Amino acid sequence: MSTTPEEPAPTPAEPLPGAAATDGHPATPDDVILRVEQIFKRFGAVEALRGVDMHLNRGEVLGLVGDNGAGKSTLVKILCGFQRPDAGRIFVEAREVNFHSVKDARAAGIETVYQDLALVPQLTVYENLFLNREITGLGRVGVLSRRRMRSLARRYLDDIKVHVPDLNAEVEMLSGGQRQAIAVARATRLNAKILLLDEPLAAMGAKESALIMDLVKDLSAKGVSMIVIDHNYAHLFALCDRLNIIQQGKVTVDIRVAETSIEELTELMVTAFRRQLLAGHAQLDADRLAPSPPHL
Amino acid sequence: MIAITILTILYFALRTSALFTVDNTIVTLQYVAPFIVIGAGEVLMLVLAEIDLSAGQVYLTAPWFVYWFWSAGVPVGLAIIFALLLSAVIGLLNGLITVWLRVPSLIVTLAMTFLLYGVVLVGSNYTQAQMTWTKGTPPASPVQTAPCHGYPLPAACLHAPSWAHPSPYWYYSNILGIGSWATILWAMLVLALIWFLLKHTRFGVHTTATGGNILAAAEAGIPVARVKIWCFMVISTVSGFIGILDLIRLGSMDPGDYGLNIVLPPIVAAVIGGTALTGGRATVLGTLIGALFLGVLEDGLNLTGVSANWFFLLEGIIIIVAMVLNGQLTRLAMRFRR
Repeated sequence: MSTTPEEPAPTPAEPLPGAAATDGHPATPDDVILRVEQIFKRFGAVEALRGVDMHLNRGEVLGLVGDNGAGKSTLVKILCGFQRPDAGRIFVEAREVNFHSVKDARAAGIETVYQDLALVPQLTVYENLFLNREITGLGRVGVLSRRRMRSLARRYLDDIKVHVPDLNAEVEMLSGGQRQAIAVARATRLNAKILLLDEPLAAMGAKESALIMDLVKDLSAKGVSMIVIDHNYAHLFALCDRLNIIQQGKVTVDIRVAETSIEELTELMVTAFRRQLLAGHAQLDADRLAPSPPHL
Repeated sequence: MIAITILTILYFALRTSALFTVDNTIVTLQYVAPFIVIGAGEVLMLVLAEIDLSAGQVYLTAPWFVYWFWSAGVPVGLAIIFALLLSAVIGLLNGLITVWLRVPSLIVTLAMTFLLYGVVLVGSNYTQAQMTWTKGTPPASPVQTAPCHGYPLPAACLHAPSWAHPSPYWYYSNILGIGSWATILWAMLVLALIWFLLKHTRFGVHTTATGGNILAAAEAGIPVARVKIWCFMVISTVSGFIGILDLIRLGSMDPGDYGLNIVLPPIVAAVIGGTALTGGRATVLGTLIGALFLGVLEDGLNLTGVSANWFFLLEGIIIIVAMVLNGQLTRLAMRFRR
């Protein structure tokens, strides 16, 4: 509404900054925007992560697949600074980082859409969009400048083509798809380089799923690198460039979407599951295993 | 709720001519002032889905702090500041125990009520205390209109206490609460400040977010523990403040007064005003309406000469009926809006 008409809507067709890395060429270190090495995390007696190695290429959409409790959400919570790993290293654009809080991760350009959306139902759309990043008028006193927040929110939502009828509506009044869109919009508002999406399509109808998928594809086209967790293979195949399977707190399979199929992926998951049953927690040694990155 | 309050006022106004006299209005408002202040503080608690039962006892105990400091030779102004600081510390303790040791605030603040009640009983040796503010200082000049201090209500001046002798304590007493309207004006100021804090500052949004969805607030990077502790400190401080104002107005303290009797009406005021007990939803101005409703109800029942034995029974029934009616009316209004 308030966007200036001379600003053209970003077209997905224009050449993308990260496109080269997703076109089948092996990733050079420069193209890796995020890399983690040997991440361990334990909650009491439960070893949630036991040495995760993973990387994300620039402009790429990486899907994380795995059973419940395999450690996907824990990994996301570590990457976004909400939890700290017991051991392991994280690199953003080849620089080692050490996140003490969500703020640190944000400063490094990592934004997150949590499984529970992290919206406050009793706050309005724009208050949620600006949660903990409120715009204040009188500087240190912290007096909200609601009008600026509203107009910026309107402009941004129009920008990414998210339709919310009333910015003053409480989030409680919105549909699941609209809430999800707001959560995604909030995460990408401040030029996020890396977006972590924890089950963005869970509990959503077909129409709403399509809405969010379009949003994610648009953002990807704008050059945002993403990690997506989802249980639905059809969604993942529609969204992702590459898939990582996480089992027992480790990345066991790393495969390009173009080189596999839903059937094969299902097969992989089931085989792996059978082997684990047979060998307890024995490590997989199938030829389909993740090609070891050079640093190992 | 506004409608119900106005109806109540109208009813009692028709039943008795005494309701709208200046005298009665002032007395009622003075009676309601602590409800307004403590109720506004409780809004901060309720929006966090917490509760502070100790606010009433802090209201009663802060004056004793002032008195003890003052008896020990501390100037009144300093004694008041010390007492306010102690009130804040009580809130800090409530908050720390609730947040860090994870004891429900209901229990923490109930225990704090007992504790402070004990402090008053032990410290006072169960004897009443008087504060004579004009102690030792001769009147410098007779200032008859001083208690009014610019309040544009000549009638109020007539009913002001007659100790208009200026002294070093004159300033504290006059600014803080001798004028009949001073307590009420201070209460409105505190209410306005808390309203502004909750509705127009970052801190307010963070408080609402913490109460509405604490996980979401934490994931957004809001320091939820600190937000809660600050709110505990605010309610404790304002409760102590209004207690000290009432001490200045009344001049005497009874160690037998019990905080739970005082804290419950403000909580009722906040809830009938429209603040949810479950957190995330609050209205500070509704608390004002709720407090006025309770004040008018009590005052009206008194003035119409309801027997003391029937008083609480009627009050209880009326509050429940008002709450139910309020819910029905709100639902009706929602339907019309659609």
